[in-house]
Amino acid sequence: MSRLPIQPGELLDRDTVVRFSFQGRSIEAFAGDTFGSALYASGRTLLSRSFKYHRPRGILCCRGHCANCMMTVDGTPNVRVCETPVRDGAVVEGQNVIGSLDRDLFSVVDKVGGPFTPVGFYYRTMIRPRRLWPLYERFLRNAAGLGKVPERDPHNRYDVEHREARVLVVGGGRAGREAAAEHAVAGPGVVLVDELPELGGLELPGVEVLAPARAIGVWEGGLVPVEHGNLLLRYRAQHLVVATGTIDQPLVFPGNDLVGVMLPGAVERLVERYAVKPGERAVVIAADDAADRARAALDQAGIEIVSTVRLTDGRTPAVAANGRKGQVRSVTVDGRTVDCDLVVMSGGRQPAYSLLAMAGAKVEYDAARGVLVPAAIPDGISATGSVTGAVGEQAVPAASYTAARSGKCFVCVCEDVTTKDVKRAVAEGFDSIELAKRYTTVTMGPCQGRYCHVQSIRLYAQETGADEAAVGATTARPPWTPVSMGLLAGRHLEPMKRSSLHHRHEESGASLIWAGAWKRPYAYGDVEQEVRAVHEDLGVIDVSTLGKLLVQGPDAAEFLERLYPNRFGDMKPGRIRYGVLTTDAGRIMDDGTVARLAEDSYYVTTTSTGADAVNGWFEWWNAIWGYDVEIANVTGALAAVNVAGPRAREALSALTDAPVSNDAISYLDAKELAVAGVTCLVLRIGFVGELGYELHCPSPAAEHLWDAIVSQGAVPFGLEPQRVLRLEKAHVIVGQDTDSESNLISAGMPWIAKLDKDDWVGKRATQLVQAAGVRECLVGFEMENGKLPAEGGQVVENGRPAGRVTSARRSAVLGKNIGLAWVRSEAAEEGTRIQIRVDGRPEPATVRHGAFYDPEGTRLRS
Amino acid sequence: MSFLLSCPHCGPRPVDEFGYRGEVLTRPADDATLRELCDYVYFRDNVAGVQREWWSHRSGCELWFVAERDTRTNEVLRTEVPDTQRGSRQ
Repeated sequence: MSRLPIQPGELLDRDTVVRFSFQGRSIEAFAGDTFGSALYASGRTLLSRSFKYHRPRGILCCRGHCANCMMTVDGTPNVRVCETPVRDGAVVEGQNVIGSLDRDLFSVVDKVGGPFTPVGFYYRTMIRPRRLWPLYERFLRNAAGLGKVPERDPHNRYDVEHREARVLVVGGGRAGREAAAEHAVAGPGVVLVDELPELGGLELPGVEVLAPARAIGVWEGGLVPVEHGNLLLRYRAQHLVVATGTIDQPLVFPGNDLVGVMLPGAVERLVERYAVKPGERAVVIAADDAADRARAALDQAGIEIVSTVRLTDGRTPAVAANGRKGQVRSVTVDGRTVDCDLVVMSGGRQPAYSLLAMAGAKVEYDAARGVLVPAAIPDGISATGSVTGAVGEQAVPAASYTAARSGKCFVCVCEDVTTKDVKRAVAEGFDSIELAKRYTTVTMGPCQGRYCHVQSIRLYAQETGADEAAVGATTARPPWTPVSMGLLAGRHLEPMKRSSLHHRHEESGASLIWAGAWKRPYAYGDVEQEVRAVHEDLGVIDVSTLGKLLVQGPDAAEFLERLYPNRFGDMKPGRIRYGVLTTDAGRIMDDGTVARLAEDSYYVTTTSTGADAVNGWFEWWNAIWGYDVEIANVTGALAAVNVAGPRAREALSALTDAPVSNDAISYLDAKELAVAGVTCLVLRIGFVGELGYELHCPSPAAEHLWDAIVSQGAVPFGLEPQRVLRLEKAHVIVGQDTDSESNLISAGMPWIAKLDKDDWVGKRATQLVQAAGVRECLVGFEMENGKLPAEGGQVVENGRPAGRVTSARRSAVLGKNIGLAWVRSEAAEEGTRIQIRVDGRPEPATVRHGAFYDPEGTRLRS
Repeated sequence: MSFLLSCPHCGPRPVDEFGYRGEVLTRPADDATLRELCDYVYFRDNVAGVQREWWSHRSGCELWFVAERDTRTNEVLRTEVPDTQRGSRQ
């Protein structure tokens, strides 16, 4: 193997030398080389080991279609090196081997495994004992397959772009270029994609040329995703032109997978594009004019054609390629052996119709030329060039060319499927090509049937006695080319929301946790201290994550009356009510506070994670109801902090000139005040059980307000202390203490449901639930000994599960372990003794109704 | 699923920008029986053919609208903002 002198059409820049390493050796290449061409030029022809038998493989197609040249480059597996441009300093390794590419221990499978490893053997031989399957599986996964997915990200960045085109032309051959140029006359918006790198520099007036770029498939709605480097371009074109040309077909004979057995196109590309001499003595076996096509390239490279076998006369000679160490050494035709180191095989050219078939075209078998051709091409798509079936005269090759007692004869090189495997599948009764495909996996490898589909149909027809047209083509499905997983996953995006006080939390050393898409402070330091600060002095918590909706308009009251079980129409402006949303199934969906700001204006808060869902829910119902209301989601626009503790009023008073006495702002009042110079909506509510004010203000002013409150001695507290504080009040957290089955009656909130109101969402279901009674109830409990159950822990009765714990915490102020749990309704009475499993043992607890702490609510109201 | 859906406000957009809320249903009357309520809450016609369904342009203008879609081919025959009577029961 050697590099040829400068060739007229070569892609090489011989002035720029690039070096990469392969198996510890430094390989010299020219810019413009691919890893594959450079390896070939250096004398390295064995590039991979096959999927199952670990047979040595080399370049077959040289255009990135098959699995024969897949290697691991810089940690990325399954790189088709024949079409991947060289990079300076890259590390190229063989894959799917134990040892090295040259001495692969697994190649023993090829020597002895043949009879024991027919197609589908693992379905039959490795099923017992069943418990050992994981072991078998691990072994099989190691023994077969392609490259290994890197455990560490090889630091490739992928992205997705949505693009539109008037005309998208796939295929940059003569027909594709002509079509693109023709469409470009009519106006802009013509895009041409081609898989080969050499079209990258092509300049076509009015046409955007993308190369190398591969159309992955055609999806519903005319979506054509195109792989272009690390970009996935999702193209929508008004018109799709498929000019994908033809695919050289291999022939089926023993040894047809040896290194040095190539398709005519591969010889042409190696010689003409990369100036690589792929051999010295060539044998050409062809069912079409490939001998003539390849002759030019062979002559150009000075390769001697020692024999030409023409299969055009309908004869079926016995052909066998013989090799040593996986390299082809000679070819035997009807008993006559010729020495050679290159075999050019051609079974004709098959139109590359897959994209058309995915778009809805039919596929028909042309018996005269032995190819599948597209027909009935749908609207909005056209085919041009040889993909239409205009491939000229060619003979139909035989299903296989074999002599008796010959070696393995591959129908599908990607998946290592031999003629024997297909015959066996037929014998086993797989009587449709679609089933045989799934059983043998022929056409399911990286080449997606390019080099095995037609052959497998011929072989199948021969074995079943049916004709090829009756056997039919298998369904073409995307993807048409191997696609890296990173490309499909796109850019790694994990939505993360931060409140406008995020930096204050970070500065205070808060430990941040995920709460839905939000990052929220778990605590700033000691949870118990933060709880104590709220009970005894003053605390402040960032509750900006609450959903906040403004509902305004003449029908605002009626709209909310119909959405909520609660009554809101009779509320005076400046007052607040707790509201729970139910679905028409009666299920609790979300909760929050509803403040009436004016006759026609309400301020609704939702749970932190429910903001978007509630917003959508409101909008949807109003699309049905058509009320005159505007719903504005102001979740991000406003920040909110809850100032709570016995000193809350004193602190507020210090920050505002307005009166803040218990009469001026009573429990459940909503007022607009300037606090520390910031206009705030002050909601006097009590989620945490102490005197408290929730201050809602424009987000940009949040840090200023926070600082002012902290300067009054307020201790910032996080989510965890808040969880303890709200549990002391037995306040329910929707989604934590309720689930998709909970309703107002079972969750102990029958007082919410105003059944005398006109229709509201969930009313009928709530009525029916109330009439039928509930099986389970949400209740509070306190442990009788010092044990603390886990959230999700079991309530047990006589050793059997009879409920579950949804919240449980130690309350220091009460000196008790308390929680909320779902229990059978018979066990829901105040004072009922229940048992809760803690660390596997049932422990006694007592059912409690109402708040554990300050049950009368005097602290909240004072 | 990669068809285009025409938002009455924004025009044709990829379907992944939209949220789907299922068949357009008629809420049962105030005095619905348990059976009628369950029909409404749980049962769907699931037609193989043209169906009226709710969509929202979730990653866009957030508009709720009704589409008529052939469930066999995903062909969207038309989209519209339903004409509602104020306070309509539907």
